[in-house]
Amino acid sequence: MFVNQFLFLAAILFCIGVYGVVARKNAVLVLMSIELILNSVNINLLTFSLRNGSTDGHTFALYIIAVAAAEVGVGLGLVLLVYRNKRSISVDDLSEMSG
Amino acid sequence: MIAQNIGFWIIALVMIVGALRVVTTNNVVHAALWLVVVLAGAAAQYILLAAEFVAITQVLVYIGAVMVLFLFGTMLTRARIGAESDLNNSYKKWGIPVAGAMFAAMGIALVNSFGKEKLPDTAPVVTTQQISDQIFGPYLLPFWALSFVLLAAVVGAIVLARKD
Amino acid sequence: MLFAEQVLTPLSSGWFLENAWLIPVIPGIAFAMIILIGKRMPMKGSELGVISMLAALVLSVGAGYQWIQRVNSASEEQFVSPVIKSWTWWQSGGFEFGIGQHIDGLSVLVLLVVALISTLVQIYSLEYLRGDRRYTHFFAALTLFSGGMLTMVLADNMLLLLLGWEIMGLCSFLLIGHWWEEDVNSKAALKAFLTVRVGDVGLLVGIIMLYFTANDWTREHLGVSGFSIRGLSAWALSGEPNSTVIMIAAIALFIACIGKSGQFPLHTWLPDAMAGPTPVSSLLHSSTMVVAGVFLVARLYPVFFVGLDILGDGGNLIMIIGGITIVISAALAFVQDDIKRVLAYSTVSQLGYMMLGLGAGAWMPAVFHIFTHAFFKACLFLAAGSISHSASHHSFDMKRDMGGLRKVMPITFTTWIISTLALTGVFPFSGFFSKDEIIDNVGNNGYGLFMIIGLIGAFLTAAYMTRATYLTFFGAPRGASAGQSVNDVHDHAAHSPVAHGPHESGALITVPLIILATLALGSGFLNATPFGESWERMKLWVEPRSEVVVEGIAVASESVVVSKNYSPQSEEGHASSVCGSQTPETGVCYAPKLNHAPFKWPKAMISLMIVFLGMAISWVVSFRLYTKRDPKFVGLTQRVSVLRAGHKLLVNKYYLDDLYEKVIVRGIAYPIARTAYWFDQKVLDGIIHAVARSARLVSGWVYRNIDQRIVDGAVNNSASATKYVGGVVQPTQSGKVSQYGALLFSAAAVAALVLVIINT
Repeated sequence: MFVNQFLFLAAILFCIGVYGVVARKNAVLVLMSIELILNSVNINLLTFSLRNGSTDGHTFALYIIAVAAAEVGVGLGLVLLVYRNKRSISVDDLSEMSG
Repeated sequence: MIAQNIGFWIIALVMIVGALRVVTTNNVVHAALWLVVVLAGAAAQYILLAAEFVAITQVLVYIGAVMVLFLFGTMLTRARIGAESDLNNSYKKWGIPVAGAMFAAMGIALVNSFGKEKLPDTAPVVTTQQISDQIFGPYLLPFWALSFVLLAAVVGAIVLARKD
Repeated sequence: MLFAEQVLTPLSSGWFLENAWLIPVIPGIAFAMIILIGKRMPMKGSELGVISMLAALVLSVGAGYQWIQRVNSASEEQFVSPVIKSWTWWQSGGFEFGIGQHIDGLSVLVLLVVALISTLVQIYSLEYLRGDRRYTHFFAALTLFSGGMLTMVLADNMLLLLLGWEIMGLCSFLLIGHWWEEDVNSKAALKAFLTVRVGDVGLLVGIIMLYFTANDWTREHLGVSGFSIRGLSAWALSGEPNSTVIMIAAIALFIACIGKSGQFPLHTWLPDAMAGPTPVSSLLHSSTMVVAGVFLVARLYPVFFVGLDILGDGGNLIMIIGGITIVISAALAFVQDDIKRVLAYSTVSQLGYMMLGLGAGAWMPAVFHIFTHAFFKACLFLAAGSISHSASHHSFDMKRDMGGLRKVMPITFTTWIISTLALTGVFPFSGFFSKDEIIDNVGNNGYGLFMIIGLIGAFLTAAYMTRATYLTFFGAPRGASAGQSVNDVHDHAAHSPVAHGPHESGALITVPLIILATLALGSGFLNATPFGESWERMKLWVEPRSEVVVEGIAVASESVVVSKNYSPQSEEGHASSVCGSQTPETGVCYAPKLNHAPFKWPKAMISLMIVFLGMAISWVVSFRLYTKRDPKFVGLTQRVSVLRAGHKLLVNKYYLDDLYEKVIVRGIAYPIARTAYWFDQKVLDGIIHAVARSARLVSGWVYRNIDQRIVDGAVNNSASATKYVGGVVQPTQSGKVSQYGALLFSAAAVAALVLVIINT
């Protein structure tokens, strides 16, 4: 197996995630796209871990999973709050910061 | 090796298709289900990468917990269960060139750096004990920090989602 | 092998040595308990402090006893390895931080001093601060302070040492400012804290530098981190370190010692710190905390030894600073009327002796001086507190409120005299055995000039202490001690309704005084060099031996396996080091080789003569100046005109006295003292004020010209420009998260592409 086949898979997932973040309007879908990005990072970490024969990558992959869980929890809390206040979870409606 | 290679390509193909469906489907619940496919595929890839413990954790935490959260989020925000027409915003036209440019940058860098480098055939077995030794040994400080992050997330999620 | 190998008998150890880490833990727990439940205790929490200090004292005595046994179990020249225990506190990446204990002779010695004096001072405070409005907090801070000092003394690594060091700094602030309602006190507390902090920066810098330069070596050779005191000692003596790096590190550490121990440029905080309650002055600012700087130099002696080239040609930084401090502060002591300030300057001067000794390679006498000085200086301060408490209505002014107290306060007087004799270094009081040793060794190591400075210091010490003694205990009672303020109705007098006039203090005050005076009298015999080798117990117990020790990582816990007698013909020698011209590949040593001056009575006689001369001159002058003042004062100036006429120079006895007063005291000592004081107040403080004032001037000018005209103009113009540009780029600020995301990622993509293209 090549190193690159895993890295390219991760790169593709990352770019799809980026597209999702930019193109999606529904906040829940934006969060899902972020999950895609985080998973691609995990694939990278584990690939390099195998390549270098160290276990550091495993540790940090676990840390990232934990951080992702926390992020989803808080993120969905925010989405709920926004929904309660605005009756909408479209990120386009959240433009109070417009200049 | 051959079998693993075949496995990789099949799973990778499924993952890419699934990921594309996550960002293109017009149904939020379908998107969540496609995300399950991608996450399960990622777990399979972790096993190919000799990271069984991380793979199990991925299944438990992501597919078990995070997906349930997503589905609850979808339900509580009364998104329609069926297809919707306006899930994409007006910046869709930006997304493709941005993602393409990023992929180009990464692709060039990866080809230049790793070319035809191969992964070792016989992967060393990483035991759970080794990982725990790492977490509670040299990386104890990030672990502590992470514990605080989780605590803050729990408290924050409750505070944000309270009705009053 | 050219080394003669011999397996040595294992060293004895014991429960007290192995568990010495409990000693600082006990006051720490007591501190928390006093803070939490102290106010509800029957004695307002003070009993917790006293009990914890007694427990610490018992453990320290046990540790001291077992350390002596350990030394005795070693063979003649064997290196007595310290009892080291360490636990990893936390680690991250390659860094490892530990806590632990490092018990050797020096630790045990200072441990005993700190525990004993803390205990006595706490007992003394029971009476001295009775009824104080922050009684509980006072004991809490005092207990925490002792915990900090004990932590520092026992620390096995620099970080723990730093922790103890900073705890002391904090408690010092709290205790100096104990009566913060008075402006002077809170200012003094602030000054002490900030001045010491200036030095602490040096400590941090030094620790970090040492860690990064030494860590690899210590890991490889000893299996300990670069914070470990043992590792750093061995590293410094291994001939390995770059001389510039270790010099800068040593200077940085020494700056911290200057701040903490009140050495020359940073000594100004110490006399001001006398604003705190007297027990605080006695414990913190005379016998324990200010010794921390000296202790640090003694503890990391190899680093300073190599870094500052101790025993090299000419003087080094430590000696120069020590020498300057001795003379400057001793001269300052002459113009003080406040008895505590006299003692404070005396402390500064004595710390200068310790530094001088360390700088000149007289490690053992300097450390011994820590030991003896602690007893007599604590005793002097407590005696001063006793006078102020019971005789002079909380005044410390010797000229106004004291005098003739020897009859009403016999115990205080006796203990004061004993301690004064010890401080001035009169045989056979303890100061003689330590101070004279320092002066003797400085001369013996080839620093003649500094030996003379030491002798001048001894003369001045004798003179100012005699003056203070005279003013306090002799002559006619003045002011409050004459009972003048008996009729004044004020708060201070209210606490002692029984005896309004001057009287002897109660047992809680006199018992600590008697104990300390006994120690001031007798402790010198623990290292009485004049009586021969067998009397030098302290040297045997405390001084580390500079033997080369061979040890490996595997056996680091019980380090000494084999001692190799160094063989000078060896060609296999590794790096040249001060432990011997050649040290074997796997060997390290922990202490540099030092010389000891042989004791000679004629030399001691010279210094004793100088001391007695100082006392005699000062006595006569004081008598003339303060007692005979009224009848002779008017005639005095007239006799000066006689002086100008140049008649009867040697005939008139009074004229001779006038000569002493006018020429020697007024003409030489006073101007020097005044100049020094002026330098202190005007130049050092003036520099700070001038900097502040010029900063204000500059800022005023900057405000008027640059700020108002140029900057404001620029601001106004740029505001309109910004407004225009803002109008142009406003559409990008849509507030739409997706757009921001798109911009962010595209910028990242562009940057990544640029990087990729550049790198290919």
